[in-house]
Amino acid sequence: MDFGFCLSPSSHVKMDSVDLTTFNRLKETNPDINTCIACGSCTATCTAGHFTEMSFRRILLMLQRGKEDEAKKMIQHCMLCGKCTLVCPRGINIRKILLDITR
Amino acid sequence: MNSQIFHPFVLPFVLGMAFVLTYCVVGLLRVIGQLPKDDRKKFWRSLVTPKTAWANVRDLVGDCLFHVKIWKRNPVLGYMHTAIAFGWFMIIVIGHVMLFTLKPLEGIELQGVERTLPNFYYPIFFKYFAEETLIFAILMDFFLLMIISGILIAVVKKIHSKIVGVKRIMHFGFADNLIRFALWTIFPFRLIAEKTNIMAFWWLYSIDLMVFMFMLPFTRYMHIPTEALFILLRHAGLKPREPRKGYALAQIYSCPSCGLCIDACPMSVNDKNSGNTSAYFMKRLRNGDREEAQRIAETCMQCGKCVAVCPVSIESCDIKMSQREAVPYTINSDHSYLGNVEPETKGNAKVLYFAGCMTQLTPKIMRAMKQIMEAAGEKYAFLDKDGGVCCGRPMLLSGKTAEAQAMMAKNTELIKQSGAKRLVLSCPICYKVFKEEYQLEGIEILHHTQYIDELIKRGKLKVDKNDVNYVYHDPCELGRAFGVYDEPREVIENIGHLRKAKSEKELSTCCGGSLGSFILTQQERDEITTNSVNDLIFNNPDEIVTACPLCLKTFARKSPVAVKDIAEVVANQLK
Repeated sequence: MDFGFCLSPSSHVKMDSVDLTTFNRLKETNPDINTCIACGSCTATCTAGHFTEMSFRRILLMLQRGKEDEAKKMIQHCMLCGKCTLVCPRGINIRKILLDITR
Repeated sequence: MNSQIFHPFVLPFVLGMAFVLTYCVVGLLRVIGQLPKDDRKKFWRSLVTPKTAWANVRDLVGDCLFHVKIWKRNPVLGYMHTAIAFGWFMIIVIGHVMLFTLKPLEGIELQGVERTLPNFYYPIFFKYFAEETLIFAILMDFFLLMIISGILIAVVKKIHSKIVGVKRIMHFGFADNLIRFALWTIFPFRLIAEKTNIMAFWWLYSIDLMVFMFMLPFTRYMHIPTEALFILLRHAGLKPREPRKGYALAQIYSCPSCGLCIDACPMSVNDKNSGNTSAYFMKRLRNGDREEAQRIAETCMQCGKCVAVCPVSIESCDIKMSQREAVPYTINSDHSYLGNVEPETKGNAKVLYFAGCMTQLTPKIMRAMKQIMEAAGEKYAFLDKDGGVCCGRPMLLSGKTAEAQAMMAKNTELIKQSGAKRLVLSCPICYKVFKEEYQLEGIEILHHTQYIDELIKRGKLKVDKNDVNYVYHDPCELGRAFGVYDEPREVIENIGHLRKAKSEKELSTCCGGSLGSFILTQQERDEITTNSVNDLIFNNPDEIVTACPLCLKTFARKSPVAVKDIAEVVANQLK
């Protein structure tokens, strides 16, 4: 039956059961991600973000919640232009992290 | 006088010589065999084309014999290398000349020397077998002493390199140290053997030669025979395709590990990073240490200063790029969205302005360019006013050529749709890739420094001169890559006074922001930036002017004086 509206599926993440191996590996090789303040400067300047949903801030959030596949899918849009790295107020080498996620 | 034609002490030398000659012939065939077919054709053709053949002769004499490039870089090192290499070459040549001309010229009976016997060890051990005439004896002693003077400088350089003007020298392993020791002792042994005729020294001299020749293919001294081949290949206009094959292999073996690039490399401000310089990269590749080579290739900022100072002209940046291509990042790109990008401008604009990603971050440059183009009355249009497609160079730098080509195709399509005949760029990073990779027949590609210079020269743009002292920073991808040194300087002369930086033009130091490096951390980049800024403010300028949005942004973080783009400065001085 179509009511013209519906309930959105639950976005509940069980943190006890998610697989955080990628994120933990990333934290080891790129300790600077710990300093991210999620300000979103990277997302605001993203060249690919102008055309798609690409957002590094969200990628990091997805990884923290174990949503690795979604994160990897988003990374595919990246053009590696490096603007995110340049504007990051914490000096995080974002381009390197993006490349390391898939490595 | 020893009237004999053979003595067993020549055997070590003969063995060594036979080994090294065999190795070189095999190596030569291997390099040529590994060249792709069209490259090989190019190579053969270059050998008979008068222009490249002349360049070959010029560089073979200038670089291999007289080491002109080292003299230019550092006269003390130039003398050191020429004394040893040219001196050695001369005593071999004079040895042969003596063998063949002594008898008819002087009419002296040579004891035991049968001119019919092609004993090629005679010139090397001449004094043991025959007597020299005075003039040749003086010449031989002169060159031998010249070599020894060169070795003395080399010893000083090893102990305290700063005396000869070198801050950092290469650190070598056991093999390189051993062969160097052999090289240093060959000539003193020869001198003692010749003057005293003690058998032990003749043996030592010969064994030293053997050690040198047996180790030569496995150490940096392989550059002696390989450089000649490399010069021929370079003039054929080849590009390294694979990091350790064909042309690249010739380059790897031509690297003398002199370490001049270590001091030049902007990363060397941090001693920890001086191991990431080109000299070490080439050494890693030669030793087959692919993992380290890959890491260094990805750390490199691709500023090209090592290539500019290299006395052998090794194109280490290109080899690093081929190394990156060989092991590309496994990011599984999906740029299908590019198909939906619509052109922002369709019309009859004559000049198309492409700001590029970096200029999007520095909108003041875009505003200044707009002001300038309007003041000059140009019919212009923006290609990426609200953000466009990346030029593709960063993707190329990551070694993912196919993905980069997709972006380039999209941009080419957008540019062609605009119908403009001139394309003006603000970002040297874009400029490099547009110049080198894009197929834009009939469209003139200009960087805004060239464009503004032209507008001023044609009288379309009127500017006021003020009293500010500027210093100009040459962006790597504009200066070293395309030699755009004069246009920006002429523009600045029109609007103010130009002061010199400590190192300029082809020796200008990278700002540290380079997109070329994937690995350098922010802290490491900051150290490079501080060092580069100090170079620029050497003569106390009031403002730093640059022509690259990335340099501008990078310098602004660390500079004690104002940093501006050349377009901004010009826009402020418009009449």
